[in-house]
Amino acid sequence: MKILVPVKRVLDYNVKVRVKADQSGVDLANVKMSMNPFDEIAVEEATRLKEKGIATEIVAVSIGPAQAKDTIITALTIGADRGILIQTDQDVEPLAVAKLLKAVAEAEKPDLIIMGKQAIDGDNNATGQMLSTLLNWPQATFASKVVIENGEAQVTREVDGGLQTLGVTLPAVITTDLRLNEPRYASLPNIMKAKKKPLEIKTVADYGIDVTPRLKVVKVTEPPKRSAGKKVADAAELVANLKSAGVL
Amino acid sequence: MTVLVVADHDGAHLRDTTQKTVTAALALSSDVDVLVYGEGVQSVADAAAGIAGVRKVLLSQSADLKQDIAEDVAALVSGLAANYDAIAIPASSAGKNFAPRVAALLDVSLLSDVIEVVDANTFVRPIYAGNALETVQTSEAKKVMTVRTTAFKAAGDGGSAAIETVAAPASKAGTRFISEEKVVSDRPELGAAKIVVSGGRALGSAEEFKAVLDPLADKLGAAVGASRAAVDAGYAPNDYQVGQTGKVVAPQVYIAIGISGAIQHLAGMKDSKVIVAINKDPEAPIFSVADYGLVADYKTAVPELLKALG
Repeated sequence: MKILVPVKRVLDYNVKVRVKADQSGVDLANVKMSMNPFDEIAVEEATRLKEKGIATEIVAVSIGPAQAKDTIITALTIGADRGILIQTDQDVEPLAVAKLLKAVAEAEKPDLIIMGKQAIDGDNNATGQMLSTLLNWPQATFASKVVIENGEAQVTREVDGGLQTLGVTLPAVITTDLRLNEPRYASLPNIMKAKKKPLEIKTVADYGIDVTPRLKVVKVTEPPKRSAGKKVADAAELVANLKSAGVL
Repeated sequence: MTVLVVADHDGAHLRDTTQKTVTAALALSSDVDVLVYGEGVQSVADAAAGIAGVRKVLLSQSADLKQDIAEDVAALVSGLAANYDAIAIPASSAGKNFAPRVAALLDVSLLSDVIEVVDANTFVRPIYAGNALETVQTSEAKKVMTVRTTAFKAAGDGGSAAIETVAAPASKAGTRFISEEKVVSDRPELGAAKIVVSGGRALGSAEEFKAVLDPLADKLGAAVGASRAAVDAGYAPNDYQVGQTGKVVAPQVYIAIGISGAIQHLAGMKDSKVIVAINKDPEAPIFSVADYGLVADYKTAVPELLKALG
């Protein structure tokens, strides 16, 4: 079974976000970028399926600038077999990403696509569902457990109020939640090996898909700051304050 | 302009997230209809018909819709889209599951987690875990959006909309429902609670988590939440998690106990009206957003708090 894993290069989750003074966006110059944490979980899950003998090949795909090559190499280090980078300097919206990934899926014919539930930059939580819709494959989002048997993926999903388990006929799209697994650390031999794995560079034009943004970003601003609070000496003073604020 | 709001409910009761989404929809247009889907949900439709400002309620019932299968719900909603200029969906886990499918079926971009309607084409939404706000203008003829309900007030009662039945689409093969496991709780729902008491990794064990937070939550009539660290350590169920990757809450009072205040946690609670932090580390980032901070060990502070509450 072949698994396709889309991965995204994003601002590292530990970096404090700075909004640009001209409100044109977030300052991404000279900051640490990493693989989106949910995508790391997706690559790890695919790798575990390969280690169990269920998957035979894992293809990592990323859409982004030349530096997104590093993100693919991270996926190759975890366990992906080869990579595809669709290189573009444009900010591609989820719908256009889904269209590009559909084209990749049609060429690669994977049996399963595993991807993160959301990217921690745009926080959209949309691409996986859109891809599944465009491919007309079933979807199982927010997965915390995946079992593959008899041409079906049994996926336990994290939903409001608890857990839901669905069976989706393959091929299908699964999006990962945080608790699906804990991604492994890269070992030095794997880092060396990853550099020798094939990485194909493509362009958006190769797929003939219109990626013109449909949404215009008017401005990016800082959220309102909370006014400075005060330290209280003990629980009694805390309760007195909450009562006088009228919230208790 | 006409807007279709997709109702959020638990199978028996309408959630107030529906009323909040109606408020967001009314900011776009005065012609707002509400869709209620499920099975055995006539009473939910009746409740939706009573929301002030709702023009009409559409009721669609089938066994497949009851299971909230995204393929089926998206087929239903996109099938109704021809009559609407905008579709507003509460950003619950169910809404986030099917809304992008509706957008893809209509070939339009999705406006996710909208926190403000500026005008009919301009919306504000948080990005980077709420550390930046993005104002976007859409050129799509049809708008599909999910609404961050904590950012809107609930629409009032007093409506008397007519209820119209719409056929459920035939279920799509490919997905089957196997089982569900709901977390049973007598406490208010985390997303709707007026007071939330949350615990972090400092509590050290699942037993301690319950022993410390339950009496306080019971005293205050509060919901219990947790940081990701506490959930990952197994001290609290996944469903309790507040943050970028869990639930977004905005209660009247949020009491964070033994929570350091990582960016990802703050994303889920920093719009609370009053934030209280109890932490023994005076340098914990949670104190930078807390209205009232108590630097103390929770082991002494929580019993004292219970006593002070009387």
